[in-house]
Amino acid sequence: MFSILVDHIEKHFTRVKALNDISFTVDKGELFGFIGPDGAGKTTLFRILTTLLIPDHGKALVNGLDVVKDFRKIRQDIGYMPGKFSLYSDLTVEENLNFYATVFGTTVAENYDLIRDIYSQIEPFKKRMAGKLSGGMKQKLALSCALIHKPSVLILDEPTTGVDAVSRLEFWEMLKRLKNSGISIVVATPYMDEASLCDRVALIQNGKIMAISPPSEVIKTYPRQLFSIKSDDIFSLLNDLRQIPQMHTVFAFGQSAHISFKQEPLTENFLYEYLCKKGHSNIKISHIQATIEDCFMDLMIKPQ
Amino acid sequence: MKRFLGFVVKEFYHIFRDYRTLLILFGMPAVQLLLFGYVITNEIKDARIAILDQSKDEVTRKISEKVLSSGYFLLDKNLNSSKEIEQVFRNGNVKLVLIFGADFSKNLDKTGKAKVQIIGDASDPNTANMLVNYIQGILSNYLISLNAEKAPMQITPEVRMMYNGQMKGVYMFVPGLMAMLLMLISALMTSLSITREKELGTMELLLVSPLKPIQIIIGKVFPYVFLAFLDACIIIILGNTVFGVPVVGSVALLLLESLLFICMALSLGILISTTTSSQQIAMMLSLVALMLPTILLSGFIFPVENMPLILQWLCYFMPPKYFITIIKSIMLQGNGFRYIVFETGILVGFTLLFILLSVKKFKVRLS
Amino acid sequence: MYSPEAENIIVVKDLVKKFGSFVANDRLSFEVKKGEIFGFLGANGAGKTTAIKILCGLSYPNSGELTVGGFDIYKEREKIKKNIGYMSQRFSLYDDLTVFENIRFYAGIYGLRRRVIEERASALMEKLAMKESRNMLIRDIPLGWKQKLAFSVAIIHHPKIVFLDEPTGGVDPITRRQFWDMIFEASRNGITVFVTTHYMDEAEYCDRVSIMVDGKISALNTPENLKKQYDAESMNDVFLKLARTKVN
Repeated sequence: MFSILVDHIEKHFTRVKALNDISFTVDKGELFGFIGPDGAGKTTLFRILTTLLIPDHGKALVNGLDVVKDFRKIRQDIGYMPGKFSLYSDLTVEENLNFYATVFGTTVAENYDLIRDIYSQIEPFKKRMAGKLSGGMKQKLALSCALIHKPSVLILDEPTTGVDAVSRLEFWEMLKRLKNSGISIVVATPYMDEASLCDRVALIQNGKIMAISPPSEVIKTYPRQLFSIKSDDIFSLLNDLRQIPQMHTVFAFGQSAHISFKQEPLTENFLYEYLCKKGHSNIKISHIQATIEDCFMDLMIKPQ
Repeated sequence: MKRFLGFVVKEFYHIFRDYRTLLILFGMPAVQLLLFGYVITNEIKDARIAILDQSKDEVTRKISEKVLSSGYFLLDKNLNSSKEIEQVFRNGNVKLVLIFGADFSKNLDKTGKAKVQIIGDASDPNTANMLVNYIQGILSNYLISLNAEKAPMQITPEVRMMYNGQMKGVYMFVPGLMAMLLMLISALMTSLSITREKELGTMELLLVSPLKPIQIIIGKVFPYVFLAFLDACIIIILGNTVFGVPVVGSVALLLLESLLFICMALSLGILISTTTSSQQIAMMLSLVALMLPTILLSGFIFPVENMPLILQWLCYFMPPKYFITIIKSIMLQGNGFRYIVFETGILVGFTLLFILLSVKKFKVRLS
Repeated sequence: MYSPEAENIIVVKDLVKKFGSFVANDRLSFEVKKGEIFGFLGANGAGKTTAIKILCGLSYPNSGELTVGGFDIYKEREKIKKNIGYMSQRFSLYDDLTVFENIRFYAGIYGLRRRVIEERASALMEKLAMKESRNMLIRDIPLGWKQKLAFSVAIIHHPKIVFLDEPTGGVDPITRRQFWDMIFEASRNGITVFVTTHYMDEAEYCDRVSIMVDGKISALNTPENLKKQYDAESMNDVFLKLARTKVN
C-alpha cells in the first residue's frame, strides 16, 4: 500500500489554477521531494494532503484514507510542518513541545526516543522563548513538534527556506535518519541542490508536475549536450555566449556558464577560439553532466 | 480532559506574558470606571451666573440670596445694564443671567405679577436646560412660601426619587459601564486571540491535529470567562467602595447574571473571529460594532424611550440593554430572579444563537 | 568590478552592536570598493541583518567608525539615505497599486521630477518587458516579475550603493539568473552592490565575499581565493567548513 496516492488532482482559486492534473504516489518509508519555486503549487498540494483544503477534482489518499471523507483519522497520523514558522513565539521551547504533545494526547516522555536526535540539540535552550531562536533552531523545534505524536507520514512544506547552508545540511541528515526508521516523508523545497538528497523528486512549476523520477534518473533525461565554460569575466562571458546563433540556453552557474545548443553542439575548439577573439582570458571549457537545476530550467522553457 | 487543560494552560501563558493584554484586562475597567464616575457627571454644582437687578428691592434681594445659597450657583458678577449681558456670555464664564424687571416688588404687591427673565447659554443645551429648571424650582418654592402666609389653600408636592435618592449619575453609570466593559473585554479578547492564531499560522497546525473545533474554541475562550468574571467583581467592588453604589439585591444572583452576560459576549467574540482572519478587522468589528451600540443604544446614556421608533426597535436587539436592566434591578431595586426572568431568557437566547452560528461557521479546513 | 585600487565606498571600522548582553556585531572591519558586487554571507543569526540595518542608517551602532558613500553614519544619515537603495525579500511593492503607481511612488520619495519619473518608468518597463502590465495590480503579476521590478525600483534614483537582503529567496532558477543579470548590469553602471543570499552558487557571482560567523567576519576574499584557501570545490564547501568549525 502506498503511503500517499494522489490521482488527477486539480484545484482552482478565484484568480489562478493552483494545481493542474497532479498525480503521484509515495511509498512507505520513502523520502519524496517536491522541487519548485514559490507559487508552483506546493503549499496548496500539501494543504490538500493534510486535509486542510478540498480538491476540486481528483482523489487523494493518505495511508489509504480519503483526505475528504476520513480527514479526522488522517489528522491522527500525519505530522505537518507548515511553510510559515508556526509555533508560539511567546512560549518557551519546552512549553511548545509539551503543548503539541498534549494536543495529540501524548507526552514528551512517551515518544522521546523518536525526537531525541533532534531535540537534544536544542534542549540546552529549552527555557528560551521560541521567538528568540535562530532560524536553524526554529526548524528543529518545529520538526520535533511535528514528530511528537509518532506520525507515520511527515509532510514538510519548505522546512529549509531561509535557513543557512549548515543548518540545511543538518536538517537533511535528520530527515535521512527518520526515513530509515520507516516514516514516509514528503518535503517541498525551492533549493534545487537538495533534490539529490531525496529518493525521488517531482519537479513542479505553475501547478504542473514536469517530471517524477529518482534524481539520478532526472539528470539522465536531459536531452542535450552541455558545456561548462569559465573565464575571467563572467558577465561578458554570458553576453558573448548569448550572441552565438546556435546556442539554445546560456545560464550562469557560479563562476561558470552552462551552454547548450539547438542542434549539433559546437566543438570546444570553436568555442575557445570564439571567446579568445572576444578578448577573454583564462578560458576553461568542459563537457559536463547536467544538474537537476539544468533539467529544471530545460523543462521550464520547453513548450508544454 | 488533559488536552483541554494543556490548552488552557497555554492560553494563560499567552495572556500573562503580554502586558498589553493584562493592561486591557485589568487596567481598562478601573480607569474607565473612575473616569466615568468622576469626570462625566450630570449633576450641577457651582455654576456661575450674573444678575441684573433693575429693581434692587427686598424681594429681589431675597430671591437672589435663595438662588445663590442653593449650592448650585455662584455669583460671577452683578450687572448694571442690559448691554453687559452679551459681553458676560461672550467672556464664557457665565452660564446664565437672571434679570429682575424694574419695580419688581411693587408690581408683585399691586398686581400679583412680576417679571423675571432667565437667559441661559444654550451652546450647551443640556446644562442650560438643567440650570433653568433649577432656577424655576427655586422661584416657585419662594412663591409657595410667600403664599403660605396669605392664602389658606395650597398643594405642596412632596417628591421622592426611589432607588437613587440623590439622583446620583454614578448609579446609572456603574451598570452601564459594567455592560460595556464586559462586552468589550470578552468579545474583543476572544476574537483577537483566535484571529491571532490564524495570522500566526498556528491555527493550521491546530486544525491538522485531532482536536475538534469545539475543543479549540472552548480551550481558547475558557480563560477569558474566568478573567472577565474577575473584572465584573472589580467593577462591583470599585463601584461600591469608591462611589457608594449599593448592591441591594442578591450578590450571588448578580454574579450569575454577569457570568451569563460574559458567556453571551464571548460567543459573540467567537462568531466575529470565525468571520474574519485578521486581528485588525476583528478589532475594528469588536470596537465599532459592539462598543458604539452598547453605549448609544442600550439606554446607558440616552433613554431608549426618546429615540425614533426605528432606533427603538434596534435597541431590542442589543443584548447589553437587557443586562443593564438586570443589573439595575438587582443592584438598585433589590429584586429577585422572578423580576428578571424575561431579560435572562433573552440573554440565554442570544448566547445560544451566537454559539450555534459560530459552530456552523467554524471551518475544519482552511477555505 | 572589483579592483583594489578603486576608492572605498563603504568603510567599516571596529563596528560593535550589542543587544543587552548579546553581541550581534563584534568589532567588524571591512571596506567595500566602488562598483564591486560584495557578497555578505553568514549563518542565520550571525549578525548580517543587524549590520545591514546600521549601514542603511536604520539603527545606530554602539561604537565604531563607519562611512557609507563617503558620508558619516552618525552625522549624515539623511545624505546616506539619498544615496542608497534597499531591497529585501520582505520588502515588497504595494499589492494594491499598479506597476506604474509603485514606480511613481518610490521615485517620488527620492524627489525625482515628474518628467524624469515618466522617462525612467517607461525605460524600466521596456527593459523588463512589462509594458502591457503598466496598469496591472502588483498582486496580479507573477512573483518573478515582482522581484525584478522591486530591484529596478530600488535603483530607480541611481543610488551609489544598493543593499539587497536575500533578494532571490524562493524564486525559480531562471528568474534567479535573470535577476543576477540585472545585478551585473547595475554593477557595470557603477552601482556598488551589497548582497546577502543563502544560495551558495550566487556567492560565486560576487566579486568578493565575506563570511560572518557569530558576529565576526571570519573570511573575506574573492570566491576564487577563498576556495583555494580552504581547499574547497565550491563556495558551499567553504561556507560549511567555516561555519561548522565555529559551531562545534
